[in-house]
Amino acid sequence: MLTMVEDNLSQELTDLIFTTMCEIRAFELIASERYKNGDLPGFIHLSLGQEACAAGACAALEREDLITSTHRGHGHCLAKGADPNRMMAELFAKQQGYSKGRAGSMHIADVAAGVLGANGIVGQSMGLGVGAALSLQIRHQPNVVIAFFGEGASGAGIAHEAMNIAALWKLPIIFFCEVNRYAELSPYEVHVSTPTVAERSVAYGFPGVTVDGEDAVEVYRAVKAAADRARSGGGPSLVEARTYRWQGHYEGDPQVYKTDRERAEGQHFDPIAKMRERGAAGTEQHFTGLQKEAERRIQAAALWASGLQSPPPAALLEDVYAEAYHG
Amino acid sequence: MARIKYYQALTRAIREEMERDERVILMGEDVGASGGIFAQTKGLHAAFGSQRVRDTPIAENGFVSAAVGAAMTGLRPIVEIGFEDFVTCCMEPLVNQAAKLRYMLGGQVSVPMVLYTFGGGGVNAGPQHSQSLAAWFAHVPGLKVIMPSTPEDVLGLVKAAIRDDNPVICLLSKKLIGTSGEVPDTGTELVGSIGEAKIVRPGCDVTIAAVGQMVLTALKASDFLADRGIDAEVVDLRSVSPLDISTVLQSVCRTRRLAVVHEGHGPFGIGAEVVAQISERAFGQLRSPPLRITPPFAPSPFTPSLEQLYLPSAERIADAVSHLAMEAR
Repeated sequence: MLTMVEDNLSQELTDLIFTTMCEIRAFELIASERYKNGDLPGFIHLSLGQEACAAGACAALEREDLITSTHRGHGHCLAKGADPNRMMAELFAKQQGYSKGRAGSMHIADVAAGVLGANGIVGQSMGLGVGAALSLQIRHQPNVVIAFFGEGASGAGIAHEAMNIAALWKLPIIFFCEVNRYAELSPYEVHVSTPTVAERSVAYGFPGVTVDGEDAVEVYRAVKAAADRARSGGGPSLVEARTYRWQGHYEGDPQVYKTDRERAEGQHFDPIAKMRERGAAGTEQHFTGLQKEAERRIQAAALWASGLQSPPPAALLEDVYAEAYHG
Repeated sequence: MARIKYYQALTRAIREEMERDERVILMGEDVGASGGIFAQTKGLHAAFGSQRVRDTPIAENGFVSAAVGAAMTGLRPIVEIGFEDFVTCCMEPLVNQAAKLRYMLGGQVSVPMVLYTFGGGGVNAGPQHSQSLAAWFAHVPGLKVIMPSTPEDVLGLVKAAIRDDNPVICLLSKKLIGTSGEVPDTGTELVGSIGEAKIVRPGCDVTIAAVGQMVLTALKASDFLADRGIDAEVVDLRSVSPLDISTVLQSVCRTRRLAVVHEGHGPFGIGAEVVAQISERAFGQLRSPPLRITPPFAPSPFTPSLEQLYLPSAERIADAVSHLAMEAR
């Protein structure tokens, strides 16, 4: 079983989680607006409504810990410490972006910050995460990996293969499933045969818990317990956070699959408001200040990114192969 | 010099590189204590232990994806996929991840991994255990694809592949597992160079470019051709990506005739690519239309008599090349 961690979070940790959620919210709202204006090429997948998952989970990690992410990865990257300026630059397809402006929203990575990349192939975050955890184990590093995925990926073969391998090899990994109610354009019930994803952990012989994905503190506690377990050699865990995807699968998705009731209920699902409610009396102004600061940072990032240069034609052929041999 | 078998050259290459670099690990189905289906990993588990020599479940997508993740984070994994046909079960992590991550991440990572596998026909293994899919992999930017045909090249090229910072697919030939050849004595290091073809038989009348086990078949064909007064030059491509077209081009500029022999299917295959590139560069030099000699566009039969018809034989190559050499003489 996962053990409980401290009941009350320090002010510092509370502020970190809250600020991260506000940054993610601001980032996604600005990305949405800029996308509608035609400033961002390609397509983007937003994590509005899911801020507590990324912020709570990554707050439980150390700087040297690693994450693998999904096509809906902006929040994960920000929460693990990626630079919003370079992220925005990537969305705007500018050469200062993390991928030199050549890969866009779905491939943002900051390896130095432990972000091994968002990924456009559903479920591969789990296989790649298993490999990163194997690397940590073999190199005797005291770190852990979070592999983010969604309920859509939970039905892919790679999900089973990755969780089975992680269990067999007792790897330091947390499989973090954001159940956001929809996978692409259809609801949970089309994709998952069980009431929860977490109960599948039983099949692999490691713990699985379901937490309220609106509550960043609950998410933090579950991941902290799973990370402590992984760090002490206990092997993998599965944490499922029940959350809600405010937007469509992609920006521009007409969301015809959402029922009126779901839309109405979804409007009240707000992790940032929930965190504010958790605060003691008199903290409202403090939180408002943090939120305004976060919004300013992200607005500045978007403004900076929009004025940058596109990658030069020579970038077409860069980084296809590494430089030749060493040794 | 020492005389060793094709599969032993593989074992030696892995062993030497694992001794040299502790970041090198080996994973795959039954690569551990059992030593592999062809004894190709015999002794490695005993030498390096179960941390670095890892049996995996039968889950190619999962463990190849894991190898990619490990390669991004400080290890240099070698992955075995027993039969080349099974690589289709892990095309996702190879094509969408290993080949593209360096590019997608703006050069933040490299993916130094080797996937080796045994492919090709001639052992009555049937449609799902005989394929040669080199052209599939060679079509993907970011991957390198090698096909050594001798123990010496297995040793040298696999070692080079392990030291390469790119994902390298090494396609070995099942039919050649028991063949022998000369390699330097243990203690003398041999590291090959990926992307260099080799003239394995010089000749002046026609160029036969071959790869994998077809190199040996082409050499046999060249003996038949010599009996008919035709002096064939045989080029072992050795690497399909990068493809050393300049060695083939130089040969064709001397012989003015080209035949390409391989085990994969003809359409969109290695031969199609070689012929296209030579035609683009030396169309005016050719005295006769270039020729591809490949299996027919059908699955590989298990039936011994049919498989003999299926694979290009030395006789068939000699006959086809004789016609080529006779044309416009």
